[in-house]
Amino acid sequence: MEPLVSIRNLTVDFDLGRRVSRALRGVDLTIGRGEAVGLVGESGCGKSITWLGILGLLGGRAKVHGEAWLDGRNLVGAPVSELERVRGKRIALIFQDPSSSLNPVHRIGRQLTEALKLHRGLSGAEAKAEALRLLDRVGIPAARQRMNDYPHQLSGGMNQRVMIAMALAGEPDLLVADEPTTALDATIQAQILDLLREIREDSNMAMVLISHDLGVVAENTDRVAVMYAGRIVEQAPNNLLFERPRHPYTRGLLNALPDLEGPREPLTAIPGSVPEPWNHPAGCAFAPRCDHAHGACHSEIPSLARRDGHHLSACLRTEEMLGHMLDDVSDREPARSYA
Amino acid sequence: MNDLLQVDDLACHFSVRRDHGFPARRVPLKAVDGVSFSLAAGRTLALVGESGCGKSTTAKAVLGLTHKTGGDVLFKGAPLPKAGTREWRRQRQDMQLVFQDPLAALDRRLPIGRQIEEPLHIHGVDDKAQRRETVTRIMTAIGLKPHQAASFPHELSGGQRQRAVLARALVLEPSLLVLDEPISALDVSIQAQVINLLVELQERLGVAYLFISHDLKVVRQISHEVAVMYLGRIVEHGDPETIFTAPAHPYTRALVSAIPTVRTTKRERIILSGDPPNPIDTPPGCPFHTRCAQAFERCRIERPELASTGDGRTVACHLAHAPDVRAVA
Repeated sequence: MEPLVSIRNLTVDFDLGRRVSRALRGVDLTIGRGEAVGLVGESGCGKSITWLGILGLLGGRAKVHGEAWLDGRNLVGAPVSELERVRGKRIALIFQDPSSSLNPVHRIGRQLTEALKLHRGLSGAEAKAEALRLLDRVGIPAARQRMNDYPHQLSGGMNQRVMIAMALAGEPDLLVADEPTTALDATIQAQILDLLREIREDSNMAMVLISHDLGVVAENTDRVAVMYAGRIVEQAPNNLLFERPRHPYTRGLLNALPDLEGPREPLTAIPGSVPEPWNHPAGCAFAPRCDHAHGACHSEIPSLARRDGHHLSACLRTEEMLGHMLDDVSDREPARSYA
Repeated sequence: MNDLLQVDDLACHFSVRRDHGFPARRVPLKAVDGVSFSLAAGRTLALVGESGCGKSTTAKAVLGLTHKTGGDVLFKGAPLPKAGTREWRRQRQDMQLVFQDPLAALDRRLPIGRQIEEPLHIHGVDDKAQRRETVTRIMTAIGLKPHQAASFPHELSGGQRQRAVLARALVLEPSLLVLDEPISALDVSIQAQVINLLVELQERLGVAYLFISHDLKVVRQISHEVAVMYLGRIVEHGDPETIFTAPAHPYTRALVSAIPTVRTTKRERIILSGDPPNPIDTPPGCPFHTRCAQAFERCRIERPELASTGDGRTVACHLAHAPDVRAVA
């Protein structure tokens, strides 16, 4: 089946005046209809930039190249008028901090009806009724009273529900949720993720969940792409990625994660830190921090190769890593039962 | 055992204006309402809970940075001197604080070496050579290269910045370090570095940590004891393994079950309805009863006290102490 969105070799450069900083170094990603895809990685790896770039939301200093196909049209370089019909209507975005995404001086109801007017052409009583339905849909109690509230009168979790209601106003085919629960408390995070799952089951909407929290992504997506320094380094169906990670970076991330169960032992930290965009290594971006890097890793950029099935890993030493991994897994199995 | 820090029935009440109604009224906000715990030298106590539960206020009150309205804080057996006095300042040498965001905690215009040296200067180490030597020693101990003393905060990575903040807090060799969400602003791969460093430093220097966090996985990694807070009170207190594997308080149960995991074997998730109540309007009875699925009549009337359950922990819940009480009621 034709994918919903298909991104090919997407790059983003920021013109800093004296130099050009490359934030995205060629991203390939497809999103199927109704599919939930997770994008994980550390700050600055380009997981948000990918979507902001496609939707033309990065401002004048950003140069976006590559392709992003939606219904046979390339969104990269498309005129603003065309992008405006896509933003919010076909691809909706929600961000980390709901209280700064909402307008503080307008009532919730007005902000919602505005979205309905823009995307669906509704107005007056019709728009109001639909806004009420949406607030009700996202689980806001006493929706009729809340319509007259300002964002500061609602809690963080409630504001995020309002943001989700606004995103649903255009009945989008794809919801890009950029760290939707990072600013929220654990019990509220569980509520919001539960709501997103429920909405997806009802509406067959696709979702891209951007998060630095591997646990959040593991529990709420079908497929995961791990990003590092502007590239996707590993991509696989959820269960494969978390049970049999291939790329040394993914494995490093999983080992660095403390757990609530199992024995308590020192964490295996990844040495060093993410390379600065102006000081990018010539070969594999992860090579300077990688235990398995050798000769070619420092000069050759690995491509996201498909060895078997749907498990893609951008590592020159995948074959060796596979052997290594089997040793590792047998070491680890009694302690951490991933199965 | 002689405890390094002892907190008895600590209360921090603030007077705030109600944001609606006429005429405007001032009402008490009970940020911390009767918190007691003790911390032995070289040990770690974690205070966990969601935003607004009073964990940071507790930490500030312990250091005398927030005015307490009730209760006692004993440090090394003596009450904390009045904040701002010379005695208090001398005492503060021995108790230091680390915040969440290292970039905000550091001065952007001073090289980090100067910032690490500053506490020595303030607390009267006059010999310049000695100060420099101490700075070099602490920087090496914490995993920074001595030549990085000349670096400015923006030239360092997130992990290095948090190391610099830790170096500055440890340069006076305190016996208590209060860490307010020290890991939260860092990336996953850096978090592990800092967690390991904290554990290692404690073993080496024997410093006690009062560790504030909302991240239960990090807390389990680092602490000897955990106190779970809800609306200004401790609801469950004990050993992390006991609390995280078999939480007794319904709130702790929900909190533990809400933690997303990469494991494929899923735990049953308890999803709480609603938000925590406004702390100026705490419900009567058990403050958690409005969100608790197990609440019964007594929970709405009588506030449960923190009491031992016999397995080394204390829990503030009617059900935890008499599981069959509901059948009787």
